[in-house]
Amino acid sequence: MAALNFKHALFCAFITLLISYPILGFNLEAKGINVTIVGADTTTILGVLLAAVVVFLFQLFRDQIMGRVGDLRSLTAGKPKEPMAENRRAKIESWVLTGIVVLALFWPFFMSRGAVDLATLVLIYIMLALGLNVVVGLAGLLDLGYVAFYAVGAYTFALLSQYLGVSFWVALPIGALLAAAFGLVLGFPVLRLRGDYLAIVTLGFGEIIRILLNNWTTLTGGPNGIGGIPDPTLFGMEFGRRVKEEGNTSFHETFGIAYSGEHKVIFLYLIALVLAVFTALVIRRFMRMPVGRAWEALREDEIAARSLGLSRTAVKLSAFTIGAFFAGFAGTVFASKQGFISPESFVFLESAIILAIVVLGGMGSQIGVVLAAIAVTILPELAREFSEYRMLIFGAAMVLMMVWRPQGLMPMRRIHIELKKQE
Amino acid sequence: MLVLENVHTHYGKIEALHGVSVEVKKGEIVSLIGANGAGKTTLLMTVCGNPRASSGRVILNGRDITRDPTANIMRSGIAIVPEGRRIFSGLTVEENLHMGGFFNTKAEIRKSQDHAYELFPRLKEREHQRAGTMSGGEQQMLAIGRALMSKPNMIILDEPSLGLAPLVIKQIFEIIGHLRDEGITVFLVEQNAHQALNLADRGYVLETGKIRLQDTGKNLLANPEVQNAYLGG
Ligand SMILES: Nc1ncnc2c1ncn2[C@@H]1O[C@H](COP(=O)(O)OP(=O)(O)OP(=O)(O)O)[C@@H](O)[C@H]1O
Ligand SMILES: [Mg+2]
Repeated sequence: MAALNFKHALFCAFITLLISYPILGFNLEAKGINVTIVGADTTTILGVLLAAVVVFLFQLFRDQIMGRVGDLRSLTAGKPKEPMAENRRAKIESWVLTGIVVLALFWPFFMSRGAVDLATLVLIYIMLALGLNVVVGLAGLLDLGYVAFYAVGAYTFALLSQYLGVSFWVALPIGALLAAAFGLVLGFPVLRLRGDYLAIVTLGFGEIIRILLNNWTTLTGGPNGIGGIPDPTLFGMEFGRRVKEEGNTSFHETFGIAYSGEHKVIFLYLIALVLAVFTALVIRRFMRMPVGRAWEALREDEIAARSLGLSRTAVKLSAFTIGAFFAGFAGTVFASKQGFISPESFVFLESAIILAIVVLGGMGSQIGVVLAAIAVTILPELAREFSEYRMLIFGAAMVLMMVWRPQGLMPMRRIHIELKKQE
Repeated sequence: MLVLENVHTHYGKIEALHGVSVEVKKGEIVSLIGANGAGKTTLLMTVCGNPRASSGRVILNGRDITRDPTANIMRSGIAIVPEGRRIFSGLTVEENLHMGGFFNTKAEIRKSQDHAYELFPRLKEREHQRAGTMSGGEQQMLAIGRALMSKPNMIILDEPSLGLAPLVIKQIFEIIGHLRDEGITVFLVEQNAHQALNLADRGYVLETGKIRLQDTGKNLLANPEVQNAYLGG
């Protein structure tokens, strides 16, 4: 046993060295056209060695350390609580959620513009993650190209407004439907694939869309992107200082209040909030409907699900399409919020972050996904000084989660569907 | 009711069924026995259209279903209890049952559910338990209950006694007999040759993808060849 641990620890330390030494231990220095490799300074090298030693020691005494941590956890957790009655719990939960939404409605009026702007971004990520949750968490289809549908939504609005002068409210359903159509079309070829293969093909699709946007310069402007995307209007009222479009009025003049740039930010936030709540409610509804159970059944056991007469094609495509629809939603809001979009915003890293939110939140759990979306979007902003280490912190958080809460922040509690008892 | 005519089935280039003809008449229990790897599961799955027969015909209620999509076949009054049970382990017992009645109305589901609980009172006790945490026998009961939820006129069972204790096996076989009495046609695949043939009206012996023998259950039980190969002498 001890010998085994020792060997394992040695191996881990070796891997640490193998990975970190080439990355940190050498620097490339450009002198004119020549690039030379220079060894890093002694402190860095000492740091790398120290890291290897720490890894070695941790792995050597891992059982003891993890045992302690386990003790700690059981101490803090206290006695297991009596499980609440199912319907009482559901009632409390819905009250709490309503409370949070009401709070969220009034909250922006007391906050700074930057905070509201960030909150809008959080809401966009919530929509995205809720949508991807259908595909990955419920239907169990690992989609690594989800950002493609986000891009479709955003570009639909950008292009429609640029070429046809279409407004936000008209573009919103079009963008979502078009994204859904893309989901349907892209879903077909990947139906027969499972697991890793599905992941790789969807990853490819995501990249294809991005590369297409990047290179179709005549239509999309390529890497230069599209600017001047209009803000949403409120019943024909614009939020700018001056009315841009013929026939519109301006918000501050109509209500006789002084112009403030914050109105627009808050309005966008409220739209995002409403749409995010809408997304959550619609998806929750789907989860309670037969199709929601079909997603889960197909994820749990494909052969059994098919033996009950479920069509693999229909079930998988519905998940893909619905997921894509809400990505299109989010994309439209994003385009409006930024006013400018380019393929830069739709790189693979975005897909990875959205997926990370779903995994961190607990696959299939809506509340968990919302919490994770908030954490993943806000934490990096709070830790701006550490922005260089952002991905490092992210990775570390993922590893820690996998160790402590492998099922996510709030593992999915299945919604029970009970038939009403007949008298 | 169900007829297979000279069915050949391939997995890629390998032929697993070499021209099999089987008939199951309405109201019968027909047992199919055979050694491991004989192709019993393949035969049942061919009926379901997954994999499809590469030649020959599968006829259900007078209709050729050889080329039908699996989903359509499984919605036309036939239900299968697949090999190894394959219940949805993350769902509760009740939700598993509801999945079985996916295409039925709520009222129908309620009725079939009550019926399933009547057949297997054990399931009622565990209604809200996650199916994956139940014992093997309970899971098998659930698999049968789930298959019955669609109110099939024919049920196909692939080795329902697999890995169960003798007492539970006895119970399962009793239920199968009971299903026939309710008017459900049964097509049963078993390793447990003695009990399967005892219960069956007729039986088939499958050997490496071919039907070797066919007769009434009683006659097959008495057949020395069968006794040697499948009943331990
Ligand atoms: N998916 C598959 N791909 C390739 N070959 C397969 C596949 N499934 C089954 N086979 C092969 O087909 C033959 C028949 O298998 P089958 O599962 O039908 O046997 P069985 O009679 O049900 O056996 P058992 O009693 O062990 O369940 C075997 O040789 C098996 O290896
Ligand atoms: Mg088999």
